[in-house]
This record gives sequence, C-alpha cells and structure tokens, in this order.
Amino acid sequence: MAKVLVIDYEKCTGCRLCELVCSVKHEGVSNPARSRIKIVKWEMEGRYVPMSCQQCESAPCQAVCPVKALSRDETLNRVIVDYDACIGCRMCVAVCPFGAVGFDVLGKRIIKCDLCDGVPLCADFCEVGAIQYVDASQQSTTKQVTAADKLSEIMQKVAQAISSV
Amino acid sequence: MALNRKIAYIDLSTGQIETKPIPVEMRKKFLGGRGLDMYLMYNHIKPGIDALSPDNVVFVSAGILGATLASASSRTHIGGKSTLTGFVGSANMGGFFAPELRWAGFDHLVLKGKAERPVYIWIHNGEVEIRDAGNIWGQTVHDTQQIIREELGDRDIKVLTIGPAGEKLVRFANVMTGLKDAGGRSGMGALLGSKNLKAIAVRGTMDIKIEHPAEALEYNKKIITQVTSAKVSQTQGKLGTPFIWGATNSQGLIRVRNFQLNQLENADEVEPEALEELAVGMAGCFGCQVHCRSKYIIPEGPYAGVYDEGPEYTSQGAFAGEPGCRNANTVLVGNHLVNIYGLDNLETGSMIAWAMELYEKGILTSKDTDGLDLRFGNDDALIEMVHRIAKRQGLGDILAEGPLRAADKIGKDSIKYLVHVKGMSNLHSDERATPALALGIATGSRGADHLRSRPAIDLYHLPESVLRSIYSQPVPYDGPLSSDYRDYEGKPWQVVWQEHTYEAVDCLGICKYHTIFLGATLPNYEEWSRLLYLNAGLEMTPLDIWTAAERAYNIERLFNIREGLTREHDWLVDRYFDEPTRLGIPGVRGRTIDREKFKKMVDEYYEHHGWDEQGVPRPETLQRLGIDNEPSHML
Repeated sequence: MAKVLVIDYEKCTGCRLCELVCSVKHEGVSNPARSRIKIVKWEMEGRYVPMSCQQCESAPCQAVCPVKALSRDETLNRVIVDYDACIGCRMCVAVCPFGAVGFDVLGKRIIKCDLCDGVPLCADFCEVGAIQYVDASQQSTTKQVTAADKLSEIMQKVAQAISSV
Repeated sequence: MALNRKIAYIDLSTGQIETKPIPVEMRKKFLGGRGLDMYLMYNHIKPGIDALSPDNVVFVSAGILGATLASASSRTHIGGKSTLTGFVGSANMGGFFAPELRWAGFDHLVLKGKAERPVYIWIHNGEVEIRDAGNIWGQTVHDTQQIIREELGDRDIKVLTIGPAGEKLVRFANVMTGLKDAGGRSGMGALLGSKNLKAIAVRGTMDIKIEHPAEALEYNKKIITQVTSAKVSQTQGKLGTPFIWGATNSQGLIRVRNFQLNQLENADEVEPEALEELAVGMAGCFGCQVHCRSKYIIPEGPYAGVYDEGPEYTSQGAFAGEPGCRNANTVLVGNHLVNIYGLDNLETGSMIAWAMELYEKGILTSKDTDGLDLRFGNDDALIEMVHRIAKRQGLGDILAEGPLRAADKIGKDSIKYLVHVKGMSNLHSDERATPALALGIATGSRGADHLRSRPAIDLYHLPESVLRSIYSQPVPYDGPLSSDYRDYEGKPWQVVWQEHTYEAVDCLGICKYHTIFLGATLPNYEEWSRLLYLNAGLEMTPLDIWTAAERAYNIERLFNIREGLTREHDWLVDRYFDEPTRLGIPGVRGRTIDREKFKKMVDEYYEHHGWDEQGVPRPETLQRLGIDNEPSHML
C-alpha cells in the first residue's frame, strides 16, 4: 500500500524547517518561495498550518492540464509533472483548491510536492511529527483511535455522572 | 551563494541609501552577525558621542549561516552604543527576521542620523525604502507588525520593531520581532526611538545557494539528532526556559527580594511545571527542533484571554523571584506587558525590585510612588510599575533611566542597594556561590549578562576529564579545572572560552541552545567548521573560527576602552562580597565572593585574553589578531 503525507497542524511549532529542507533538496537553495510546502501562519494567535499537495485521487490539476503534463504515479501514490510536456500555462496553479501547486518565478516553472521520490524530507526532518509519511490506510485509523479515545472519555464521565445521581 | 548578501548604509537624516558587498577577507576575519557588527561599530561610531544623539549608529544583522541548514539559524543581532551603559550595546533575538533579511538580499544594515518624523524601513528583494510611520508611532510591538503587514499587503512580512517604551526612550527598551522575540539588554530600543525609527520590515524571495546541498541536509540531520537527544533540549522543549529557573531556584542560585535572599520559597505556583500546565503548546524559531517557546493564554484578571508567548526564565526572575511574588498569572501578565511595550524584562524586574527595597528601607516613600504600596510581594504594584516605566510616569520616569542615573536622581543611600555591572542591572540569578558565573557577569562586554560568557555547564559537577576535553579545544589548555562550581581555580579560562564561543555563535547567527551552553554534548567548533563549509563554502578550521571570535571580542574591548572603561568596571557590587547567602542547599548557603580571590580571577582572566593588568589588550595581542590598525574603515 502506498504511503501518504499526513499533517497534524496541532503539533506544528511553526519552525519552517520543512520549507528549508524542501527548497534545498529540490533547488539546492534556501528559499521558502521555492519550497513545495508552506507553513501558513496566524502568528499573533499561535496557529501554524503546513500546506502541501494532497496528491488527490481525482486531481483538478491533472484534469485541467491542456497538454497532459500531469499524471498519476500509482507506485508512489502521487501526481507528477512531466516538465518536457509542460507549457507553463499555470492552469494547474489556478485550479488547485489547496494552493499546493506553485509557480517558481526564478525557475520559471510550476512546482509541486513529489514526495521526494518516496522519502519526503519535510516528514523526515519534522521531529514533532506534525508531518508524517504513513501508510494510506493508517491515516484514518490513527484519527479513529484518537476520536474514539475522546468519545470513550466522555462516555465514562457521563456514566459516572449518572451513577452519582 | 550564502556569502553574497550585502550591507545597506541608510542615512535617516538625508534619506540616502548605499549598498556594498562584503569582501570574503572580511568574512574570514569577522564572519558576520555580531562580529562584523562590532567591526562596523568601532569604525562608524565616533568616540564619546551621546548615545541618544543622531551621531549614534544602529547596526542590524543576520549571522553568516542565517537561513541555512545550520540548525536554528534564526538569530538577529542589533548593535550600537548602549543607551544604558555608554559601552557596547548589543542585543540578539530569535524568530524569523534574520532569515527573511537574508532572503531579501542583505546581511547587515547600518542606520545613521535621525529621521525628521517617525519612519520605518521597508526592504524587499534588494530594494530599500524609507516610509512614513505616522500611523504606527505609539502602537504596541504586536499591533505594529500587523499594521505594517496590512499596509504592504503581505502576511509573510517579518518586522523588527520598537514598542512605546523605545519611543519614550526608556534606556532599557528592546527591539522586538514576533510575539516575544526580544533584542534585549543595553537599550537598543531607545536607540531606534531616538532616531524616529519605529520598525524595519523585510520580505525576500531571493535564493541563498547552499554550497553542498545533499551533504548539508545530511549533516543538519546529524546536528538535529545531537541536539534533540540531549536531555536538556528535551526538557526545554517541554517546559521552555523556565526549567532553568526551577533548577537553579531549587539550589539557591536565584535573586529574591532584590538581593536579600537567594531562593524563592513556597514557589510552587511559579515553578516550571505549574507554568507548563497553563501552556497551550510549544513554538519554535526558524529551523529549530528544540521549540522552547511556550504558547499561553492569560487565565485571569484584566488581561484574561490574551494570547502571548513565553514566559522565559528571565520573566520568572523579573515577575516572581526579584520582587518576591508567587503568582503565575502575574508572571504571564508581566511577560505580556514587556512584550507589547518592548521592554527588557530583566532590567524592568531588577529596577522595580530595587525600588521595592528602597521603599522598604524608607528611601522611597508613598509620596515618591504616588501612593503606590511598592512593597515586596505586591503583585498589583509590580504590574502597575511596569506600565509607569513604559509610559515614563512618576517614579517610572526615574526608573526608566536605568540603574546609575536613577540612583543619582533618588540619591540618599539608594546606590548601596543597586545590583549592577557597568550600569546594567544584573540578571535574575545570584552568583555568590558560583565564582565562575560571577566573573562572567563582572567582565561581560555589555554589562552583567549570562549570554556573553556564562559557563553554565560549570553547575553540572562534570568530571574534570570531561571539562578538559571541552575546554582544551580548539586551543590547548593544561591549567587547572575544577568540577566544583564553588571553586575559583581554573574558572577564568572557562569564562574566556565561553566568551569566544558565544561570540562565535552570535557571528554564525545560530541559537545558543543548539551549542555548548546548557548541554555539554551540544555542537561547537568542529561542527561549525563543517557547517560553514557545507552551507557557505567557507573553509575555516575550528581554530580559525575561534580566532575570528577572539578578534571580534577584542574589538568590543577596544570600543569599551575608547568609551572610558577601566578595570574598575569589571567588578561586582559590594553586596556580592559582604552579604552572605541565607538560603539554598548546604553548599550554597552562607556564601560570598572572596574579594582577594576574585581580584586574582580578574588578573588571570586578563592574562588569558592577552590584556594587561588594566584590562587593555596588549599591542602583541592586537597584532596577532590583525587589528592593531583599527579603525581601518574597510566597510
């Protein structure tokens, strides 16, 4: 089963190391403007949300591309760009609902997450686990357990409240 | 490349802006950040000027490794002649400003003159613009940043700013960025205020080429493991810096009731674990995996519901230990107020605690305080005084002048109760049981300070062999070393070693918590040499880095001497020698610093530096470092 990037924004500390390692890995430079991942911040409220490509099953970028430069790579469960075919029209940038396809002004081409060919550095460097690269089937399992845990806590409290009446 | 960032010279009087590249030979001599700032400072500030006059100059910089894979390469340095002490002014802060400055094309800013009316600087991809700040003058640190972002229409702009305290020329006003990143100590906020310079906004999308990207990534990973595997980093990531206050308070190494006691008893409510319960999460500065910044919402009182970050251990000192208060909410509110006003929390806490002692002794009366009951342990009076200092109201106006000027105005015996070095209040710790730490604050180039030279690992009772492996690199040392922090022997070398080491860290632009400060196993010269090569392509041996730091530290010394510093300034107030500690663990209780032994320590410290018995660098020392012809006006 292919893996997916799972983002838990509650764990994000806003340090932006993911942006740094992404731009170094892909472009050999430190420059968040050329990173495939971005931490969107509400600095004064302490909220930080990592935004990256969701590798959609039914990807709008893929659908809108007039030259079929975007395609699905089933082995790594990702949407990839064929730069030889790409004409740089930026239609994919326009339609992505997450803003995850960017246009690199310096490189003059579109950029999007390629999961670092199976070893996504953003996840690899994120010590707090805000970005994790896990088996696709686990994404909901983990969430299910967390939600169930909260539910069972509430149910216990209710049971206690009833028994004490 | 990482070394192509420029210097911008900005004349606020004429509006003239000039940019220059930084030659590689200057990089090799001073690296960047604090080191190069100190060179610029010695060259651009004329001797004997009034620190609040247009003749003073502000220096703002990123380190040479800023924004690179050097792990926590976030630090911004701000320099100038101190408005508080008249000696070296130097402040350093984390956050995200310095990396953005580098992405915008600059490493150093030199700001001269004085603007006719309030202005801010806008720097964007190599362009520098001076803009009107009429609408942000008077705004808090937090609001200013938001207003500028809205005005320029970019939420990712990073802003360095002063708050109302800097505008009012409070001599210990900070330069700030983000919620709580504070360029504190030495009154750099007042310096910006004196120039009508409210803020500097930056945004950049320019590449910083990483010279050996694949290896730099791999090496960064190694450093992250090295840093985060240390217990001290893990504790810090959970409790923030308050853990340091907790650990030192438990031994009796904390200043309480100004300087009357050395431990805050019954302090459960302000212990790190108690503060942690009030935290809603942790945040990190750029590229940092330690994430020592607590996020919190004030639980009670008039500020209930307000979000802020911190408090640091310095705020526990300022709003709990020194004034003898024991309320977590007071610590959080005090921390929030210094953040929005842009005040140095250490100096603010120390000034108020001193005033409280004067009130207790009857030197200050309720007439002087406009009816405020300024007794130790009065939380409301403490918080009210923070407002009055920031707004320069009543007694606050006097305290805003800093220790020596305030003592001069209050007169009587007030100076007897002052706890300062070089006219800057000591931090919140008590060094009577720790001669090494005492020497560090007595000799620090910017005044009493723990971030210039503190050999903090001296508190860990490390075996002598471990100490030797640390302190005999990258220059050999075969003199004495002692595992007992109460000893005097060998400590001067540790202080000199840490001085050069922290200078190096501040030149590189990385955080001290990622280096050998609180953890003996954390990176130092060997790692920095590798980082410089992989990220910036600069080949410098550990010894080269040490020498660059030594060079910069000597320039600081030269600056201070030019401004009138003598041996007498490298000294502690009498209370350290005359009043024994009353609390703490047995080994800490009943301690004073021994005058004669301390004098010998200062002698040794000078000797290690290659300075004469008056603390003046010997000609051969300056020659060896290649700074015997300063100022050389190369930049």
